[in-house]
Amino acid sequence: MVSSATVIPTLIEKYHQQLLTEWTQLQERSTGGKARATATELAEQSRKFLTELRVGLQNGAVENVDGPAWDSTRSVLDEVSRQRVLQGFSPSETATFVFSLKEALFNLLRQEFGRNPEQLANEIWVVTLLLDRLGLYTTELAQRNREEVISRQQQEILELSTPVVQLWEGVLALPLIGTLDSSRTQTVMESLLEHIVESGAEIAIIDITGVPTVDTLVAQHLIKTISAARLMGADCIISGIRPQIAQTMVHLGLELNVVSKATMADAFALALRRTGKAVVKRAESASAAS
Amino acid sequence: MSSVEQIPILKIGDCLLVSIQVDMHDRLALALQDDLTKKIVTTKARGVLIDISALEVVDSFIGRMLNTIAATSRVLDAQTVVVGMRPAVAITLVELGLALNGVRTALNVDKGLALIRNLIDAGDGVDRREG
Repeated sequence: MVSSATVIPTLIEKYHQQLLTEWTQLQERSTGGKARATATELAEQSRKFLTELRVGLQNGAVENVDGPAWDSTRSVLDEVSRQRVLQGFSPSETATFVFSLKEALFNLLRQEFGRNPEQLANEIWVVTLLLDRLGLYTTELAQRNREEVISRQQQEILELSTPVVQLWEGVLALPLIGTLDSSRTQTVMESLLEHIVESGAEIAIIDITGVPTVDTLVAQHLIKTISAARLMGADCIISGIRPQIAQTMVHLGLELNVVSKATMADAFALALRRTGKAVVKRAESASAAS
Repeated sequence: MSSVEQIPILKIGDCLLVSIQVDMHDRLALALQDDLTKKIVTTKARGVLIDISALEVVDSFIGRMLNTIAATSRVLDAQTVVVGMRPAVAITLVELGLALNGVRTALNVDKGLALIRNLIDAGDGVDRREG
Protein backbone atom coordinates (compact mmCIF):
# COMPACT_ATOMS: atom_id res chain seq x y z
CA MET A 1 0.00 0.00 0.00
CA VAL A 2 1.80 3.06 -1.22
CA SER A 3 -1.22 5.29 -1.13
CA SER A 4 -1.40 5.54 2.65
CA ALA A 5 2.01 7.16 2.74
CA THR A 6 1.39 9.55 -0.13
CA VAL A 7 2.03 13.23 0.41
CA ILE A 8 0.19 14.29 -2.73
CA PRO A 9 -2.83 15.77 -0.91
CA THR A 10 -0.57 18.06 1.08
CA LEU A 11 1.33 18.97 -2.07
CA ILE A 12 -1.86 19.79 -3.92
CA GLU A 13 -2.99 21.99 -1.09
CA LYS A 14 0.36 23.74 -0.84
CA TYR A 15 0.87 24.39 -4.55
CA HIS A 16 -2.81 24.63 -5.53
CA GLN A 17 -2.47 27.85 -7.50
CA GLN A 18 0.77 26.87 -9.25
CA LEU A 19 -0.63 23.49 -10.26
CA LEU A 20 -3.82 25.04 -11.52
CA THR A 21 -2.06 27.59 -13.69
CA GLU A 22 0.31 25.04 -15.20
CA TRP A 23 -2.47 22.52 -15.78
CA THR A 24 -4.76 25.05 -17.47
CA GLN A 25 -1.92 26.08 -19.77
CA LEU A 26 -1.23 22.43 -20.63
CA GLN A 27 -4.89 21.87 -21.40
CA GLU A 28 -5.03 24.87 -23.66
CA ARG A 29 -1.92 23.67 -25.48
CA SER A 30 -3.26 20.11 -25.88
CA THR A 31 -6.48 21.24 -27.49
CA GLY A 32 -4.35 22.88 -30.16
CA GLY A 33 -5.62 26.39 -29.68
CA LYS A 34 -9.21 25.61 -30.63
CA ALA A 35 -10.64 26.52 -27.29
CA ARG A 36 -14.09 25.06 -27.44
CA ALA A 37 -14.58 25.40 -23.72
CA THR A 38 -14.26 28.97 -22.54
CA ALA A 39 -11.24 29.83 -20.38
CA THR A 40 -13.31 30.68 -17.33
CA GLU A 41 -15.26 27.46 -17.61
CA LEU A 42 -12.06 25.48 -17.93
CA ALA A 43 -10.46 27.20 -14.94
CA GLU A 44 -13.58 26.61 -12.85
CA GLN A 45 -13.76 22.94 -13.79
CA SER A 46 -10.06 22.46 -13.17
CA ARG A 47 -10.22 24.12 -9.78
CA LYS A 48 -13.18 21.98 -8.71
CA PHE A 49 -11.54 18.78 -9.91
CA LEU A 50 -8.27 19.53 -8.16
CA THR A 51 -10.06 20.25 -4.88
CA GLU A 52 -12.14 17.09 -5.09
CA LEU A 53 -9.09 15.07 -6.09
CA ARG A 54 -7.38 16.14 -2.91
CA VAL A 55 -10.46 15.27 -0.82
CA GLY A 56 -10.67 11.88 -2.53
CA LEU A 57 -7.01 11.15 -1.90
CA GLN A 58 -7.37 12.02 1.75
CA ASN A 59 -10.41 9.81 2.30
CA GLY A 60 -10.07 6.91 -0.09
CA ALA A 61 -7.63 4.47 -1.56
CA VAL A 62 -6.16 5.02 -5.02
CA GLU A 63 -6.97 1.41 -5.91
CA ASN A 64 -10.68 1.96 -5.45
CA VAL A 65 -11.84 4.98 -7.44
CA ASP A 66 -15.32 3.45 -7.75
CA GLY A 67 -15.77 3.61 -3.98
CA PRO A 68 -17.90 6.09 -2.04
CA ALA A 69 -14.87 8.16 -1.02
CA TRP A 70 -14.48 9.27 -4.65
CA ASP A 71 -18.14 10.13 -5.21
CA SER A 72 -17.62 13.89 -5.34
CA THR A 73 -14.58 13.54 -7.62
CA ARG A 74 -16.56 11.38 -9.99
CA SER A 75 -19.48 13.78 -9.97
CA VAL A 76 -17.16 16.58 -11.15
CA LEU A 77 -16.02 14.31 -13.99
CA ASP A 78 -19.65 13.44 -14.75
CA GLU A 79 -20.44 17.08 -15.22
CA VAL A 80 -17.34 17.80 -17.28
CA SER A 81 -17.87 14.87 -19.61
CA ARG A 82 -21.58 15.53 -20.10
CA GLN A 83 -20.88 19.12 -20.99
CA ARG A 84 -18.09 18.19 -23.37
CA VAL A 85 -20.19 15.59 -25.18
CA LEU A 86 -22.87 18.20 -25.75
CA GLN A 87 -20.21 20.57 -27.07
CA GLY A 88 -19.05 17.91 -29.51
CA PHE A 89 -15.76 16.84 -27.94
CA SER A 90 -14.44 13.38 -28.82
CA PRO A 91 -13.95 10.86 -25.97
CA SER A 92 -10.16 11.22 -26.12
CA GLU A 93 -10.40 15.00 -25.99
CA THR A 94 -12.59 14.66 -22.94
CA ALA A 95 -10.14 12.27 -21.28
CA THR A 96 -7.31 14.71 -21.98
CA PHE A 97 -8.86 16.86 -19.27
CA VAL A 98 -7.65 14.31 -16.72
CA PHE A 99 -4.49 13.10 -18.44
CA SER A 100 -3.05 16.57 -18.89
CA LEU A 101 -2.90 16.90 -15.11
CA LYS A 102 -0.21 14.22 -15.10
CA GLU A 103 2.47 16.43 -16.58
CA ALA A 104 1.72 19.23 -14.14
CA LEU A 105 1.83 16.87 -11.18
CA PHE A 106 5.02 15.16 -12.40
CA ASN A 107 6.74 18.52 -12.71
CA LEU A 108 5.71 19.38 -9.19
CA LEU A 109 6.91 16.04 -7.84
CA ARG A 110 10.25 16.36 -9.61
CA GLN A 111 10.65 19.79 -8.10
CA GLU A 112 9.87 18.44 -4.60
CA PHE A 113 11.61 15.06 -4.58
CA GLY A 114 14.33 15.56 -7.19
CA ARG A 115 16.92 14.34 -4.73
CA ASN A 116 15.00 11.40 -3.44
CA PRO A 117 14.51 9.00 -6.36
CA GLU A 118 12.74 6.33 -4.36
CA GLN A 119 10.00 8.57 -3.08
CA LEU A 120 9.77 10.26 -6.46
CA ALA A 121 9.12 6.87 -8.07
CA ASN A 122 6.57 5.97 -5.43
CA GLU A 123 4.64 9.19 -5.77
CA ILE A 124 4.74 9.07 -9.56
CA TRP A 125 3.32 5.57 -9.40
CA VAL A 126 0.44 6.78 -7.21
CA VAL A 127 -0.32 9.67 -9.55
CA THR A 128 -0.15 7.46 -12.62
CA LEU A 129 -2.42 4.86 -11.11
CA LEU A 130 -4.95 7.39 -9.97
CA LEU A 131 -5.08 9.55 -13.07
CA ASP A 132 -5.16 6.56 -15.41
CA ARG A 133 -8.16 5.19 -13.61
CA LEU A 134 -9.95 8.51 -13.54
CA GLY A 135 -9.05 9.04 -17.19
CA LEU A 136 -10.50 5.69 -18.16
CA TYR A 137 -13.58 6.48 -16.13
CA THR A 138 -13.97 9.75 -18.03
CA THR A 139 -13.60 8.03 -21.39
CA GLU A 140 -16.23 5.51 -20.44
CA LEU A 141 -18.51 8.28 -19.27
CA ALA A 142 -18.00 10.24 -22.46
CA GLN A 143 -18.86 7.18 -24.49
CA ARG A 144 -21.92 6.42 -22.43
CA ASN A 145 -23.09 10.01 -22.72
CA ARG A 146 -22.62 9.87 -26.47
CA GLU A 147 -24.60 6.68 -26.74
CA GLU A 148 -27.37 8.29 -24.75
CA VAL A 149 -27.40 11.25 -27.12
CA ILE A 150 -27.46 8.93 -30.13
CA SER A 151 -30.25 6.73 -28.84
CA ARG A 152 -32.32 9.76 -27.89
CA GLN A 153 -31.87 11.18 -31.36
CA GLN A 154 -32.82 7.85 -32.93
CA GLN A 155 -36.00 7.81 -30.90
CA GLU A 156 -36.75 11.36 -31.93
CA ILE A 157 -36.17 10.61 -35.59
CA LEU A 158 -38.43 7.58 -35.30
CA GLU A 159 -41.22 9.67 -33.85
CA LEU A 160 -40.70 12.73 -35.99
CA SER A 161 -40.57 10.97 -39.28
CA THR A 162 -43.90 9.19 -39.09
CA PRO A 163 -46.61 11.81 -38.91
CA VAL A 164 -50.12 10.94 -40.01
CA VAL A 165 -51.92 13.96 -41.43
CA GLN A 166 -55.62 14.34 -41.94
CA LEU A 167 -56.13 15.91 -45.37
CA TRP A 168 -59.88 15.89 -45.41
CA GLU A 169 -62.75 14.19 -43.66
CA GLY A 170 -62.08 10.51 -44.26
CA VAL A 171 -58.75 11.04 -46.01
CA LEU A 172 -55.43 10.52 -44.25
CA ALA A 173 -51.96 11.18 -45.60
CA LEU A 174 -48.81 9.39 -44.49
CA PRO A 175 -45.72 11.14 -45.81
CA LEU A 176 -42.85 8.69 -45.40
CA ILE A 177 -39.37 10.14 -45.07
CA GLY A 178 -36.21 8.07 -44.85
CA THR A 179 -35.50 4.40 -45.22
CA LEU A 180 -38.20 1.95 -44.20
CA ASP A 181 -36.79 -0.74 -41.96
CA SER A 182 -38.72 -3.27 -39.90
CA SER A 183 -38.94 -1.24 -36.70
CA ARG A 184 -40.01 1.90 -38.54
CA THR A 185 -42.61 -0.02 -40.52
CA GLN A 186 -44.01 -1.23 -37.23
CA THR A 187 -44.28 2.33 -35.89
CA VAL A 188 -45.73 3.63 -39.15
CA MET A 189 -48.27 0.83 -39.28
CA GLU A 190 -49.34 1.30 -35.69
CA SER A 191 -49.77 5.05 -35.92
CA LEU A 192 -51.61 4.79 -39.26
CA LEU A 193 -54.04 2.21 -37.87
CA GLU A 194 -54.61 4.23 -34.70
CA HIS A 195 -55.44 7.27 -36.80
CA ILE A 196 -57.77 5.26 -39.02
CA VAL A 197 -59.72 4.21 -35.93
CA GLU A 198 -59.72 7.73 -34.50
CA SER A 199 -60.77 9.59 -37.62
CA GLY A 200 -62.80 6.86 -39.29
CA ALA A 201 -60.87 7.43 -42.50
CA GLU A 202 -61.64 5.33 -45.55
CA ILE A 203 -58.67 6.35 -47.65
CA ALA A 204 -55.02 6.63 -46.72
CA ILE A 205 -52.50 8.20 -49.07
CA ILE A 206 -48.98 6.87 -48.54
CA ASP A 207 -46.52 9.34 -49.98
CA ILE A 208 -43.06 7.91 -50.60
CA THR A 209 -41.41 11.03 -52.04
CA GLY A 210 -38.99 11.02 -49.10
CA VAL A 211 -38.04 7.36 -49.38
CA PRO A 212 -34.61 7.26 -51.03
CA THR A 213 -34.73 3.71 -52.37
CA VAL A 214 -37.36 1.05 -52.79
CA ASP A 215 -36.01 -2.49 -52.79
CA THR A 216 -37.80 -5.77 -52.24
CA LEU A 217 -37.68 -5.37 -48.45
CA VAL A 218 -39.13 -1.86 -48.48
CA ALA A 219 -41.82 -3.02 -50.90
CA GLN A 220 -42.60 -5.90 -48.57
CA HIS A 221 -43.01 -3.44 -45.70
CA LEU A 222 -45.25 -1.21 -47.81
CA ILE A 223 -47.41 -4.18 -48.77
CA LYS A 224 -47.76 -5.11 -45.10
CA THR A 225 -48.86 -1.60 -44.20
CA ILE A 226 -51.35 -1.54 -47.07
CA SER A 227 -52.79 -4.94 -46.12
CA ALA A 228 -53.17 -3.95 -42.48
CA ALA A 229 -54.96 -0.73 -43.46
CA ARG A 230 -57.22 -2.72 -45.75
CA LEU A 231 -58.12 -5.06 -42.91
CA MET A 232 -59.27 -2.00 -41.00
CA GLY A 233 -61.47 -1.04 -43.93
CA ALA A 234 -59.29 1.71 -45.39
CA ASP A 235 -58.02 1.76 -48.96
CA CYS A 236 -54.49 2.94 -49.68
CA ILE A 237 -53.18 5.05 -52.52
CA ILE A 238 -49.44 5.26 -53.09
CA SER A 239 -48.08 8.58 -54.31
CA GLY A 240 -44.76 10.22 -54.95
CA ILE A 241 -43.00 7.41 -56.75
CA ARG A 242 -40.03 9.09 -58.43
CA PRO A 243 -39.17 8.09 -62.03
CA GLN A 244 -36.01 6.30 -60.99
CA ILE A 245 -37.81 4.37 -58.27
CA ALA A 246 -40.57 3.43 -60.71
CA GLN A 247 -37.92 1.97 -63.04
CA THR A 248 -36.21 0.11 -60.21
CA MET A 249 -39.52 -1.35 -59.09
CA VAL A 250 -40.29 -2.61 -62.58
CA HIS A 251 -36.78 -4.06 -62.91
CA LEU A 252 -37.16 -5.89 -59.60
CA GLY A 253 -40.61 -7.06 -60.60
CA LEU A 254 -42.24 -5.45 -57.57
CA GLU A 255 -46.00 -5.14 -57.60
CA LEU A 256 -47.77 -3.28 -54.82
CA ASN A 257 -51.27 -4.15 -56.07
CA VAL A 258 -52.67 -0.74 -55.20
CA VAL A 259 -53.54 2.39 -57.07
CA SER A 260 -50.48 4.57 -57.38
CA LYS A 261 -50.32 8.18 -58.46
CA ALA A 262 -47.34 10.27 -59.40
CA THR A 263 -48.01 13.12 -57.01
CA MET A 264 -49.79 13.64 -53.75
CA ALA A 265 -52.12 16.12 -55.49
CA ASP A 266 -53.30 13.45 -57.95
CA ALA A 267 -53.79 11.00 -55.13
CA PHE A 268 -55.78 13.56 -53.16
CA ALA A 269 -57.98 14.31 -56.17
CA LEU A 270 -58.68 10.59 -56.53
CA ALA A 271 -59.43 10.28 -52.82
CA LEU A 272 -61.93 13.14 -53.03
CA ARG A 273 -63.58 11.58 -56.06
CA ARG A 274 -63.91 8.26 -54.27
CA THR A 275 -65.46 9.86 -51.21
CA GLY A 276 -67.91 11.66 -53.47
CA LYS A 277 -66.46 15.13 -53.10
CA ALA A 278 -65.01 17.58 -55.57
CA VAL A 279 -62.93 20.71 -55.51
CA VAL A 280 -64.52 23.38 -57.72
CA LYS A 281 -63.47 26.84 -58.65
CA ARG A 282 -65.64 29.53 -57.15
CA ALA A 283 -67.74 31.65 -59.48
CA GLU A 284 -66.22 34.99 -60.58
CA SER A 285 -68.75 37.11 -58.72
CA ALA A 286 -68.32 35.20 -55.49
CA SER A 287 -64.54 35.52 -55.51
CA ALA A 288 -64.79 39.21 -56.39
CA ALA A 289 -67.20 39.81 -53.53
CA SER A 290 -64.88 38.17 -51.03
CA MET B 1 -72.07 -27.32 -23.03
CA SER B 2 -71.14 -26.56 -26.59
CA SER B 3 -74.80 -26.45 -27.58
CA VAL B 4 -75.38 -23.66 -25.03
CA GLU B 5 -72.55 -21.55 -26.41
CA GLN B 6 -73.77 -20.08 -29.63
CA ILE B 7 -73.07 -16.90 -31.49
CA PRO B 8 -76.33 -15.10 -32.32
CA ILE B 9 -77.06 -14.22 -35.93
CA LEU B 10 -79.34 -11.19 -36.26
CA LYS B 11 -81.34 -10.33 -39.34
CA ILE B 12 -81.49 -6.68 -40.35
CA GLY B 13 -83.46 -6.18 -43.55
CA ASP B 14 -81.79 -8.40 -46.11
CA CYS B 15 -78.53 -8.51 -44.14
CA LEU B 16 -77.30 -10.79 -41.40
CA LEU B 17 -75.33 -9.37 -38.50
CA VAL B 18 -72.95 -11.59 -36.57
CA SER B 19 -71.32 -9.94 -33.59
CA ILE B 20 -68.62 -12.06 -32.03
CA GLN B 21 -68.42 -11.10 -28.36
CA VAL B 22 -66.75 -14.15 -26.86
CA ASP B 23 -63.38 -15.77 -27.33
CA MET B 24 -63.55 -17.86 -30.46
CA HIS B 25 -62.43 -21.41 -30.08
CA ASP B 26 -62.24 -23.68 -33.04
CA ARG B 27 -65.44 -25.66 -32.45
CA LEU B 28 -67.43 -22.46 -31.98
CA ALA B 29 -65.99 -21.18 -35.24
CA LEU B 30 -67.08 -24.30 -37.09
CA ALA B 31 -70.56 -24.11 -35.54
CA LEU B 32 -70.86 -20.46 -36.57
CA GLN B 33 -69.84 -21.35 -40.11
CA ASP B 34 -72.60 -24.00 -40.25
CA ASP B 35 -75.30 -21.81 -38.67
CA LEU B 36 -74.49 -18.87 -40.88
CA THR B 37 -74.60 -20.86 -44.09
CA LYS B 38 -78.00 -22.29 -43.18
CA LYS B 39 -79.30 -18.87 -42.17
CA ILE B 40 -78.19 -17.30 -45.44
CA VAL B 41 -80.17 -19.89 -47.33
CA THR B 42 -83.31 -19.71 -45.15
CA THR B 43 -83.45 -15.89 -45.00
CA LYS B 44 -82.26 -15.31 -48.58
CA ALA B 45 -79.86 -12.71 -47.14
CA ARG B 46 -77.87 -10.59 -49.56
CA GLY B 47 -75.24 -9.39 -47.12
CA VAL B 48 -73.36 -10.71 -44.10
CA LEU B 49 -71.77 -8.39 -41.57
CA ILE B 50 -69.26 -9.91 -39.16
CA ASP B 51 -68.33 -7.65 -36.27
CA ILE B 52 -65.07 -8.65 -34.61
CA SER B 53 -64.49 -5.47 -32.61
CA ALA B 54 -64.56 -7.44 -29.34
CA LEU B 55 -61.93 -9.92 -30.49
CA GLU B 56 -58.48 -9.25 -29.08
CA VAL B 57 -56.93 -12.34 -30.58
CA VAL B 58 -57.49 -13.61 -34.09
CA ASP B 59 -55.42 -16.66 -34.92
CA SER B 60 -54.85 -18.28 -38.28
CA PHE B 61 -57.83 -20.59 -37.78
CA ILE B 62 -60.27 -17.72 -37.26
CA GLY B 63 -58.61 -15.91 -40.15
CA ARG B 64 -59.26 -18.89 -42.38
CA MET B 65 -62.83 -19.16 -41.07
CA LEU B 66 -63.48 -15.56 -42.14
CA ASN B 67 -62.12 -16.36 -45.58
CA THR B 68 -64.27 -19.50 -45.83
CA ILE B 69 -67.43 -17.69 -44.72
CA ALA B 70 -66.79 -15.01 -47.35
CA ALA B 71 -66.28 -17.61 -50.05
CA THR B 72 -69.35 -19.60 -49.01
CA SER B 73 -71.60 -16.55 -48.93
CA ARG B 74 -70.29 -15.47 -52.33
CA VAL B 75 -71.47 -18.80 -53.69
CA LEU B 76 -74.89 -18.12 -52.13
CA ASP B 77 -74.94 -14.60 -53.63
CA ALA B 78 -74.35 -12.73 -50.38
CA GLN B 79 -71.63 -10.13 -49.75
CA THR B 80 -69.50 -10.53 -46.63
CA VAL B 81 -67.97 -7.58 -44.84
CA VAL B 82 -65.76 -7.93 -41.76
CA VAL B 83 -65.96 -4.85 -39.54
CA GLY B 84 -64.31 -3.44 -36.45
CA MET B 85 -60.93 -5.13 -36.60
CA ARG B 86 -58.54 -3.74 -34.01
CA PRO B 87 -55.18 -2.30 -35.11
CA ALA B 88 -53.22 -4.90 -33.14
CA VAL B 89 -55.24 -7.70 -34.73
CA ALA B 90 -54.70 -6.26 -38.21
CA ILE B 91 -50.95 -6.10 -37.66
CA THR B 92 -50.86 -9.66 -36.33
CA LEU B 93 -52.82 -11.00 -39.28
CA VAL B 94 -50.50 -9.24 -41.74
CA GLU B 95 -47.46 -10.60 -39.93
CA LEU B 96 -49.02 -14.07 -40.13
CA GLY B 97 -49.33 -13.58 -43.87
CA LEU B 98 -53.15 -13.64 -43.72
CA ALA B 99 -54.20 -10.57 -45.65
CA LEU B 100 -57.79 -11.92 -46.02
CA ASN B 101 -57.77 -10.94 -49.66
CA GLY B 102 -61.14 -12.53 -50.34
CA VAL B 103 -62.87 -10.59 -47.58
CA ARG B 104 -64.17 -7.04 -47.70
CA THR B 105 -63.56 -4.91 -44.63
CA ALA B 106 -64.93 -1.75 -43.07
CA LEU B 107 -64.08 0.26 -39.99
CA ASN B 108 -67.39 -0.10 -38.17
CA VAL B 109 -70.91 -1.53 -38.52
CA ASP B 110 -72.25 1.74 -39.99
CA LYS B 111 -69.70 1.80 -42.77
CA GLY B 112 -70.02 -1.93 -43.26
CA LEU B 113 -73.79 -1.65 -43.84
CA ALA B 114 -73.26 1.21 -46.28
CA LEU B 115 -70.66 -0.85 -48.13
CA ILE B 116 -72.99 -3.86 -48.37
CA ARG B 117 -75.78 -1.60 -49.63
CA ASN B 118 -73.45 -0.28 -52.34
CA LEU B 119 -72.31 -3.75 -53.31
CA ILE B 120 -75.85 -5.09 -53.53
CA ASP B 121 -76.99 -2.10 -55.58
CA ALA B 122 -74.04 -2.47 -57.93
CA GLY B 123 -74.71 -6.19 -58.21
CA ASP B 124 -78.36 -5.58 -59.04
CA GLY B 125 -77.37 -3.09 -61.71
CA VAL B 126 -75.22 -5.70 -63.38
CA ASP B 127 -78.01 -8.24 -63.15
CA ARG B 128 -80.49 -5.90 -64.81
CA ARG B 129 -78.10 -5.11 -67.62
CA GLU B 130 -77.52 -8.78 -68.20
CA GLY B 131 -81.23 -9.56 -68.10
